[in-house]
Amino acid sequence: MPSNSLLSFGWLKQAGLLLLLLSSVAVAVEDVVNFSDESLRPRYQQLLEELRCPKCQNQNLADSNSAISQDLRAEVQRLLEQDLTDAEIKEYLKNRYSEFILYRPEVNRATGFLWAAPVVLVLLGGFIILRLSRRKKPSQSEKLNVSPRSVEQQQRLDELLNSHKRGSE
Amino acid sequence: MNRLALFIPFALCLALGAFLFFSLGKDPLDLPSALVDEAFPEFDLEELHDPERQVSTEDFAGQVLLVNVWATWCFACRIEHPWLNSLAEEGVAIVGLNYKDHRKLAQDWLQERGDPYQFSIFDPRGVLGIDLGVYGAPETYLVDAQGIIRHRRVGVVDERVWNEEFRDLYQQLVDQANAK
Repeated sequence: MPSNSLLSFGWLKQAGLLLLLLSSVAVAVEDVVNFSDESLRPRYQQLLEELRCPKCQNQNLADSNSAISQDLRAEVQRLLEQDLTDAEIKEYLKNRYSEFILYRPEVNRATGFLWAAPVVLVLLGGFIILRLSRRKKPSQSEKLNVSPRSVEQQQRLDELLNSHKRGSE
Repeated sequence: MNRLALFIPFALCLALGAFLFFSLGKDPLDLPSALVDEAFPEFDLEELHDPERQVSTEDFAGQVLLVNVWATWCFACRIEHPWLNSLAEEGVAIVGLNYKDHRKLAQDWLQERGDPYQFSIFDPRGVLGIDLGVYGAPETYLVDAQGIIRHRRVGVVDERVWNEEFRDLYQQLVDQANAK
């Protein structure tokens, strides 16, 4: 049944192409935001990246397509048009949606540990590595707790090893 | 002493494990609320049944009340509704906030299922919703006689939730209001 399977593949291809076409249309529709002043757009994008969607938790406002994110995007745009600074917009949303909405948490008592942890851990790691590398490295014989071999001993050892090798061949 | 120091990483692992384990039981949807102990935000919106009438916080009239955010598109609201009806029958004052909805659909919905609300705020664009920090429906706010939000519940309020989170606080607030 080779012709049959070929047929169905052709159908799949068409369906795939159709899907592709449709999806590109959807993306195009989503991004229409008009500003009175184009210089607001980069700030708008930046804010959407840093604000979290309260409903979908692991997405920011730029990624999420949930209803609340659409509303909040419109709200951010409205506030930008009202000439609020980025900090004021964040404050405005924080007062309503709590600090949760900020993907970049403010430095305060509750988040202090979060901010300090990387620095503290790097310093701690560096300290430990320094301590370990400064410690005097014991030589091989010290590790095995034997005295270094004399020349005769070494010769004898080589002989033994060689004879053993020959024996096993 | 040195030997004991070898156990430090192990102890740290245990501590981390314990922290993660106890975090498992937490509901990640349970967000901290920015508005608890703050005044209910001011609003000036149409009433759901009567477009001519503007409603605001003044219509709370110094009562202890619940503000219930709902919509016809919200499935959980259907589950919640019978309990709101029985609360209203018990004499609990409830104000509806019809959130991002169509007026006609909402009116029919209440006609069909009963209307537990003293009045309903009609907020088709979610303006008050944003001021309240609403991010889904249903949500329920307990507002005291001074218009301060005292408790917020995101999700369905049913008999269990009412008994666990609302009943005592509600009674306490009502008693306070009556004493004055």
